[in-house]
Amino acid sequence: MSEPAAVGALWSAGAMASAPLLEVDGLTVLLDVSGAKRAVLRDVSLTIRPGEAVGLVGESGSGKSMTARAIDRLLPRGAEVQGSILFDGSDVGALSGADLRRYRNQVAMIFQDPRAHTNPVRRIGDFMTEALCTNLGVPAAEARRRAVDMLTQVGIEDGARRLRQYPHQMSGGMLQRIMIAAALLTGPRLLLADEPTTALDVTTQAEVMAILDGLRRNFGLAMLFITHDLELAAAICDRTVVMYAGQIVEVRASALLHGDPLHPYTAALAAARPDIAQTADRLRAIPGRPLSAFEAPPAECAFAPRCAHAMDICRTAVPDLVDLDSGTSRCVRARELRGQLQETPDA
Amino acid sequence: MPEAGGAPVLEAAGLRKEFGDLVAVDDVSFRLAPGRSLAIVGESGSGKTTIARMIVGLERPTSGTITACGHDRSRPPRSTRDRRRRGHEVQIVFQDPYTSLDPRQTAEATIDEVLRLHHGWPAGRRRARIAELTDLVGLDSRQSRALPRSLSGGQRQRVAIARALAAEPTVLILDESVAALDVSIQAQVLNLLADIRDETHVSYILISHDLAVVRQLTDEALVLHRGKVVERGPTARVLDNPQDPYTQRLRASVPRPGWKPRRRAQPGAGKEPDAS
Repeated sequence: MSEPAAVGALWSAGAMASAPLLEVDGLTVLLDVSGAKRAVLRDVSLTIRPGEAVGLVGESGSGKSMTARAIDRLLPRGAEVQGSILFDGSDVGALSGADLRRYRNQVAMIFQDPRAHTNPVRRIGDFMTEALCTNLGVPAAEARRRAVDMLTQVGIEDGARRLRQYPHQMSGGMLQRIMIAAALLTGPRLLLADEPTTALDVTTQAEVMAILDGLRRNFGLAMLFITHDLELAAAICDRTVVMYAGQIVEVRASALLHGDPLHPYTAALAAARPDIAQTADRLRAIPGRPLSAFEAPPAECAFAPRCAHAMDICRTAVPDLVDLDSGTSRCVRARELRGQLQETPDA
Repeated sequence: MPEAGGAPVLEAAGLRKEFGDLVAVDDVSFRLAPGRSLAIVGESGSGKTTIARMIVGLERPTSGTITACGHDRSRPPRSTRDRRRRGHEVQIVFQDPYTSLDPRQTAEATIDEVLRLHHGWPAGRRRARIAELTDLVGLDSRQSRALPRSLSGGQRQRVAIARALAAEPTVLILDESVAALDVSIQAQVLNLLADIRDETHVSYILISHDLAVVRQLTDEALVLHRGKVVERGPTARVLDNPQDPYTQRLRASVPRPGWKPRRRAQPGAGKEPDAS
């Protein structure tokens, strides 16, 4: 975007609802691990409409972070990518040079550990204005003025002083708010947020989430919100995508995810988490451990070995995604298990 | 506070720790009865980990006393015997299973070393005990003979728990011990910890920021904020009906169905102090 006026501009989500902003289709990624090709993503398809917040939930090795990295073209060297990623209709995989930089101005990424993604010897001001000055040609003084303005919006009042400081002079919550402000400065249309609050205290998480959620709505930004926390995703996202072993296993409106999950894994994940409101006699743990994509068996359901509802049919082929009541489930028994997955909480 | 009856297995009185000008722990007192579980709840900078480190002797209190099983441990041990006795009394499981194990030691060797040191048993008896302990924490024979690098995070944490239990401690400190684990593995380890308590009558001190985990595992809780105890009582009461404004805010910050994050309504919320 040559017009960096998205600060404060409103993108109407409703008006553009028909055309997806991001379209990932059949994305499979193989990485080179000591000479062998290993799958980290298997046939991932998802769409994000303008202004829509989509949650991406999974445990370690599920492929959730890798999905975001693939979208932002940040995969490790030597990665083999199949399938397509379209942003606003153009092929992301074919971008290079100036086009790729322009794309990254529109698709901003926020990482889990802000300290690992800031240069400790550079001032906050240089870090925040770099993309504006070098990619968008904004004069330095104007860039700093915008940075201070954006810091106000994330609740940092003394922005001019903050711009002169270094990352080590900030708390984790403060630094993450600065990362959010920096990500919004180039006027992106899609935010990729990879566990942005996982390293923060609970009360700071609530504050940072409120800021992120508020600004996203004000600017009409679409967001892919990656987290291991089903509750957090459901609270702030319109739809939630659940991943297991490099595959999508469920896509569901967040409001329905708890009361009416469509995949046994989603239900089991929600049930395994201890409840703050009551002590369970025993937690409903899922046996075994989460599989990474490359460990998943080639011709059966990857979750079957840990699934309480698995039958012989689950071990005959990788299940297809089936559409069910405006959601999607990768479970051959999804239809018959409907309504039985959500066990009533212990009285 | 734990029910009366039975001398406390661990007692802290007027515990204080200063780092330069910073008071990390300020007048903290608690008693832990045999077989009970106490949660020390707080966020970063609350002083909760400093308390754990003082109990196990990694930090020395500025003032106040810590007594375990009737023995004072506010000062460093004066002999190897003294040190070993303390190891019998209190053991700790740290948060990060990736840095708390020796990368060159298998689970069996790790446990064996503790058994040799603390009990001085012959090889046959140690072998039998290793089998019992690895079985108790759910490690199979392949995992017991594997080096940490070929174990997952949950498996490593099981090794750390087995190592701590090998000294047959009266008190086990769990310093965010399940925080780094995946949800499905966390549930397994929490169930395991409940089973171990039932079988061995060990007492737990759970250091945690995670209120749901605290609810699941502990009877009593104390809430720390900037080094001070702001609230204490039975865990269910503290979480269901928090009295202190900080505990209330902590409780309200936990995502749950229907939860909406809110910006703090206080003026000048952006002018928080720099990292200390």
